[in-house]
Amino acid sequence: MVQKQFKVVAETGIHARPATMLVQAASKFDSEIHLEYKEKKVNLKSIMGVMSLGIGQGADVTIFAEGSDEQDALNTLEEALKKEGLAE
Amino acid sequence: MGFLQGIAASNGIAIAKAYKLVEPDFSFEKKTVAAPAEEVARFQSALQKSKLELEQIRDHAGTALGVDKAAIFDAHLLVLSDPELISPIEDKINTENVNAEHALKETADMFIGMFESMDNEYMKERAADIRDVTKRVLAHLLGIQIPNPSMIAEEVVIVAEDLTPSDTAQLNRQFVKGFTTNIGGRTSHSAIMARSMEIPAVVGTKAATEEIHNGDIVVVDGLKGEVHFNPTPEVLEVYKKTQEDFVKQKAEWAKLVNEKSVTADGHHVELAANIGTPKDLKGVVENGGEGIGLYRTEFLYMDRDQLPTEEEQFTAYKAVLEGMAGKPVVVRTLDIGGDKELPYLNLPKEMNPFLGFRAIRLCLEEQDIFRTQLRALLRASVHGNLKVMFPMIATLVEFREAKAMLEEEKAKLVNEGVQVADHIELGIMVEIPSTAVLADQFAKEVDFFSIGTNDLIQYTMAADRMNQQVSYLYQPYNPSILRLVKMVIDAAHKEGKWAGMCGEMAGDETAIPILLGLGLDEFSMSASSILKARSLIRNLNKSDMEKLASTVVNMSTTEEVVEAVNQALSL
Repeated sequence: MVQKQFKVVAETGIHARPATMLVQAASKFDSEIHLEYKEKKVNLKSIMGVMSLGIGQGADVTIFAEGSDEQDALNTLEEALKKEGLAE
Repeated sequence: MGFLQGIAASNGIAIAKAYKLVEPDFSFEKKTVAAPAEEVARFQSALQKSKLELEQIRDHAGTALGVDKAAIFDAHLLVLSDPELISPIEDKINTENVNAEHALKETADMFIGMFESMDNEYMKERAADIRDVTKRVLAHLLGIQIPNPSMIAEEVVIVAEDLTPSDTAQLNRQFVKGFTTNIGGRTSHSAIMARSMEIPAVVGTKAATEEIHNGDIVVVDGLKGEVHFNPTPEVLEVYKKTQEDFVKQKAEWAKLVNEKSVTADGHHVELAANIGTPKDLKGVVENGGEGIGLYRTEFLYMDRDQLPTEEEQFTAYKAVLEGMAGKPVVVRTLDIGGDKELPYLNLPKEMNPFLGFRAIRLCLEEQDIFRTQLRALLRASVHGNLKVMFPMIATLVEFREAKAMLEEEKAKLVNEGVQVADHIELGIMVEIPSTAVLADQFAKEVDFFSIGTNDLIQYTMAADRMNQQVSYLYQPYNPSILRLVKMVIDAAHKEGKWAGMCGEMAGDETAIPILLGLGLDEFSMSASSILKARSLIRNLNKSDMEKLASTVVNMSTTEEVVEAVNQALSL
């Protein structure tokens, strides 16, 4: 299993549009991928799960990936987060 | 054949097939299934059909409404692929041997409940998203069709209970020939939209959705406020003729596009248009508008999930100012609250929203929102003839505060080296009786007045204009209203200022003769009413109308006033 912590910098947090983008990216991988925020862990392939966290600006979140393509998945998600200016 | 009487909301005649925009019946019963595997397959198939449908809607929305609006459907599509939603449904069917409808509803309701219980307006709206998409799947399971207004591809008349701003935004002007609704009046949102789209509409028919079926031939008579469905060949013939006549009449009015709005005895008034978005400019130019008397900026803030940026606003204001090429453009600052809500502002629900925290009251409190708009307006001011007006002003102190903020932002911009027009006229909407009564004091400080009759009437008569049962009190010709209007115009002229009107009354054939006589300088109305008004004004004498006006303000009832105007016009 691999994991990495990020800080959300986007002013609007992770609302509908970025959440859509992240879930779309995560769904391309076979690995189990989870997102943790404030000790609550949700399936990152679930749009409702991600949105239910209500992640705002300044939040510390952790992404976990476990499976055959875990490293690839984590790298892709990290890239997506940074490219969209969501987190660092 | 059938007939319904409603309220004429937008003139013209439309004849087309009915397209009902109504919520279908989603009721079903919980059942036990013998073969859960088949039930899961049935669920999967409904899911697939829903996804295909949403993809089509998304692609269509992308071309028709822009990529922004289409993105909503991407999120909806993901909900239909969400393992946290799909797996529990399939598990439920397999372990409890229940029908897919029941499993879907129970699981979706759990999520909807979860989002609704969150203490955040944004999250609560996500509940609506889930409800929306699961409804689509449920419809496929039940074999019923959900109306998709954005997918209409033939000429239709829309039949609905009411039309919301987002409903109307989805309507394709190419195919939607007219509409009719059960509720609403001349000033409801749906009526205003119909006039800006220049399509005939009849609202307040009470029973259109019950009486009319999909595919019925419907005649919308926006001149008399009548709706005929499945008419006899004779009735249809008459209406085809009326439709032709109306088109001819419009062609006749069209000759006045470049003419001045001058009375027979040489008095000039300005006929301006009310608009909601830069898209409406085309209609203003085509109808010979001499300016914009009311640019409703709230549409920039609606149907989205966050505030528009300064840049977005600047682009819209600049487009309107440039589009009018130096003609006056009166921009009304944000008028939100009352019947116009912005979910993302998280404003508390009020008992009396029309008497509550709205328009300038909200702007003076939420200064970030207001100042952003003022900056965008100031930056745009160099691109045309900008005038700014504040809505819902009740006291002079409110006006002074709003003006001070504008001056502060102006000074800041000038300091930053940004160009701003030297003189921008600052005015107020007169829609609260206190302001009309004190107009002589206001006139010393403002550059102009614009009388907002829709609200002025509802506040003066203490009658909610959304409430059908008190709609008889919506009396534009009541002498009490006419006296207030007279006070405002006289006060403006005494200080050398001008007075306009941007409510529905300004384009009304019965009101125009009186307003002309009272000395109103600017009449702002739906673009589609301008040429008709110009044709009327060119046939009137200002001196005769002055006599008429001084008579009617001393009458005692609406009925007497209407009678007097009719008599004066028939002479």
